[in-house]
Amino acid sequence: MTQHENHGDHHNHGSLKSYVIGFILSIVLTIIPLVLVMNQMMSKTATLITIMVMAVLQFVIQLFFFMHIREGEKPRYNVQTLILGLVIVLTIVLGSIWIMTFNKY
Amino acid sequence: MQQMAKHHDHGHGHDHDHGHEEHEQLKVLGFWIFVVTDCILFGSLFATYAVMMHSYAGGPTGKELFELPGIIASTFILLTSSFTSGLAVLAMNKGKVKELIAWLAVTAVLGLSFVVLEINEFTHLVHEGATIATSGFWSAFFTLVGTHGLHVSVGLFWMVALMIQLKRRGITPVTRRKVTNLSLYWHFLDVVWIFLFTVVYLMGVM
Repeated sequence: MTQHENHGDHHNHGSLKSYVIGFILSIVLTIIPLVLVMNQMMSKTATLITIMVMAVLQFVIQLFFFMHIREGEKPRYNVQTLILGLVIVLTIVLGSIWIMTFNKY
Repeated sequence: MQQMAKHHDHGHGHDHDHGHEEHEQLKVLGFWIFVVTDCILFGSLFATYAVMMHSYAGGPTGKELFELPGIIASTFILLTSSFTSGLAVLAMNKGKVKELIAWLAVTAVLGLSFVVLEINEFTHLVHEGATIATSGFWSAFFTLVGTHGLHVSVGLFWMVALMIQLKRRGITPVTRRKVTNLSLYWHFLDVVWIFLFTVVYLMGVM
């Protein structure tokens, strides 16, 4: 199956370079929110949004640099499964937060 | 598809290896599907936590009890262990068994120190009067963080077992698949921790 793929050499999952880049980016994306929160540099809402964006970015970086989501065989069932999973997770989390705001009095 | 792969296994000649590899590939996809469903488990726990975030029931708050230095240490420990498990996969791709086992050992030591730090933190919290029964907030907290810690602990046992197996059998299609799955699992635990760190601890002390 893999032999027919022109770029899908599945024994060659990433290189040292991609792991090091991913690692450095992850460290940077961990330190920035830490500094922001500990020094209270922005308003509360701005900090909240920034640190959530950083977390999502770091998730994306791990997906690409560590988990090699792009290197799967086609059709990419792994990507399809992940997207379905994320839709379910977001529905549960955002739906719960939303519905429970009606419970506050 | 599974039937086909099985058929290949009992087949003959050079079809054997190819069918076997394909079967192992399918198992990696299967494991990936498990990881995604595990995401949904954590999603539900995060949703519970988000809802219970301010339900202290007059008890202690997260802001009063969280000690950020220990949390920061565990964050970097887990991040580094995610990186070293990636290095283990690289060593495996180069066919170096000893290097592979060594990186897995480093990952396991880092994972163990993470678990030890977490146990220390929980003991500290309980001494300060925040148990799982204290309030909605602490129930959600201990369930969410504890489930993650449990996952890491299970991963540690798996890692040690795999290191023994690698020592005995070397790198075969089967052990290769197991290392691939383990590193996927480990990266996934790191991703969950990123959100735990952000949502529970950083937002908790804000």
